[in-house]
Amino acid sequence: MSESNRRLLSGDEAIALAALHAGVALGAGYPGTPSTEILEAFDKLGGRGQWSPNEKVALEVAIGAAFGGARALCTMKHVGLNVAADPLFTVAYTGVSGALVIVSADDPGMASSQNEQDNRHYAVAAGLPCLEPSDSQEAYDFTWAAFEISEKWKLPVILRVTTRVCHSKTIVCPRATHAAPPAAQWTRDIPGRVMIPAYARPAHVRLRKKLAEIDAWNETSDLNRVVPGDPKLGIITSGISFQHVREAAPEASVLKLGLTYPLPLKKIAEFAKTVERCLVVEEGDPFLVDSIRAAGVPVEGKPTMYRFGELNVARVRRIVDRDESPEPPKPPGKPPQLCDGCPYRQVFSVFRKLNCIVAGDIGCYTLGVLSPFEAMDTCVCMGASLGVGLGLRKVLPPEQARRVVSVIGDSTFVHTGINGLVDMAYNPPPNGHTLVILDNSTTAMTGQQEHPGTGRLLNHEPANKLVIEDLCRAAGIPRVQVVEPRLGSNDFENLLTECLSGDQLAVIIVRRPCLLIGKQFKAGEKLAVTAVTDSCDAAKKGESCGS
Amino acid sequence: MAAKVTNIVLAGLGGQGVLKASDILVDAVFRGGLDVKKSEVHGMSQRGGSVCSDIRYGAEVFSPMVPPGEAHFLVVLEATQVEPNRWLLRKDGVLLTPDMVDAAKLSNRRSLNVALLGVLSRHLDIPEVDWLAALQSNLAPNLFEANQQAFLLGRQS
Repeated sequence: MSESNRRLLSGDEAIALAALHAGVALGAGYPGTPSTEILEAFDKLGGRGQWSPNEKVALEVAIGAAFGGARALCTMKHVGLNVAADPLFTVAYTGVSGALVIVSADDPGMASSQNEQDNRHYAVAAGLPCLEPSDSQEAYDFTWAAFEISEKWKLPVILRVTTRVCHSKTIVCPRATHAAPPAAQWTRDIPGRVMIPAYARPAHVRLRKKLAEIDAWNETSDLNRVVPGDPKLGIITSGISFQHVREAAPEASVLKLGLTYPLPLKKIAEFAKTVERCLVVEEGDPFLVDSIRAAGVPVEGKPTMYRFGELNVARVRRIVDRDESPEPPKPPGKPPQLCDGCPYRQVFSVFRKLNCIVAGDIGCYTLGVLSPFEAMDTCVCMGASLGVGLGLRKVLPPEQARRVVSVIGDSTFVHTGINGLVDMAYNPPPNGHTLVILDNSTTAMTGQQEHPGTGRLLNHEPANKLVIEDLCRAAGIPRVQVVEPRLGSNDFENLLTECLSGDQLAVIIVRRPCLLIGKQFKAGEKLAVTAVTDSCDAAKKGESCGS
Repeated sequence: MAAKVTNIVLAGLGGQGVLKASDILVDAVFRGGLDVKKSEVHGMSQRGGSVCSDIRYGAEVFSPMVPPGEAHFLVVLEATQVEPNRWLLRKDGVLLTPDMVDAAKLSNRRSLNVALLGVLSRHLDIPEVDWLAALQSNLAPNLFEANQQAFLLGRQS
């Protein structure tokens, strides 16, 4: 670790650098705060990264790469792992031939998320090792460790990071020597990879055996370390909480856990014996404290009030002092809003004017819920606008049902809206339904990432373009129209009024590029024009407003 | 330990260049060889809402977030954002506000963030050469000149 080699990196950038140094052949993911910058940085460093339509597909692509003997990386935000949970649980059984690291970027405090679920529970539920770095150096080191553990035990590893690890910049000294990428090579292993019950039963036994081995190894691993201090107060902690603890209680003895599933319970019990008061400080759910108590080690946890939101130095001081008095409220700042001139502003004004019941979705446009529009009635998860809208349409009395609209952005539509679209065509509500797709040619909320509908790759180079209106027609929607939201134009309002008054299924695609991608969009279009044949162009021209 | 760490909070609204200014500041500090951390939240807050970035440096820094009431410097790019962030400042802390820069003298009004870094630089023990190197490495070449002018305007004010 030479001093001249030190760099200042965010946790996300550190993960990308470690992935590159560890010889990762492929990184796949779906954008989501606070994970987005990992694959963007990986691409800029020269790695091979891709945005998949959603996290489930991304994980499956990464699993394929790891079945082929390569080292693969898969990145997503915490709620993305819900989407990818299906392959997650079974790849724990199959294991991998190369190595697979799944980054789950959790968002305690919900800086930009719909919930603050603690994904360490996934490690237990699926049976996968879980590493929790506390700064960018550890994000770098633990990414390496994750690949090494994955390769040694042929098992995927979860790297669980949080907002303050992902988006804080701290100093990193990278390793001097890097790994050569393992040569990808197909080896047939039917009982190992085809999870029919007869092969899955022994696979589950193999998984538990691997975990028992990792458990024993973790007891002496240097991923968990003691910072010696005053034996009066011992603190067990992990992740970013470690940094807050060191500042809030500099005198305390600290056991810092790096590999938090399976837990080194013997090491924890020994540490607890050496201190008078043993306190567990962790952000989010009582994950460590419950497991440690279940193992019969008496430890003190944080009061319930600190389960909500992020921890910080002030809150850790209060936990140490057993202070449960109300916390001083944070002075309100200015809330975010739809950009001035955002083409979606008009859409939400119309929803409000027509008194629509709006089943909403996840993206910038969720801000349509705030003043002055207040034109969104539900928002659950990615893609839910379709299902929720259809459910409402089916039970509400007709005069209310006819007011229901589902609204979704282009990237979210491709992510998990397509499934709902198929249901809309397959199980149409008695009074039909109207879906509004806000197509601004980017994944705007997370910082303007590409997706299949933009016709550009992660690195902005041209790709096959998913034509949303063609897809809707192929699904069996009888009325599909494209409209441009122009200033002073009533086209969208007239079209929506017409669709809501009929009893048929309709999709209205409101199309105008995001203000923030002007240059990127124009450059992409120029490249696309040279790549697309004349006949395709002609077909596209047929989709003009109101056709 | 806490006494040896310098805490700075930069605050403003989305689009004002708070995060760009904090990247420049943290780079200038980093060049001096000290331990340094910076923390902020991306995502929703970009959409015109309140944005703030914490920068901490010293011999050894633990938490990347400045505890409320412990900021030595609070640099605010937009007057309305002073009150929401004042609780972060120490009682004897220094508040820097946009009216400390003569905006009419800026060759590009968007360089207010960098001009305020110039004002801040008068209070910090960071060599000018490191500031200029940080400006150079964090800005597109065509923006460097206007921002160097803005920085020096703030530094000499």
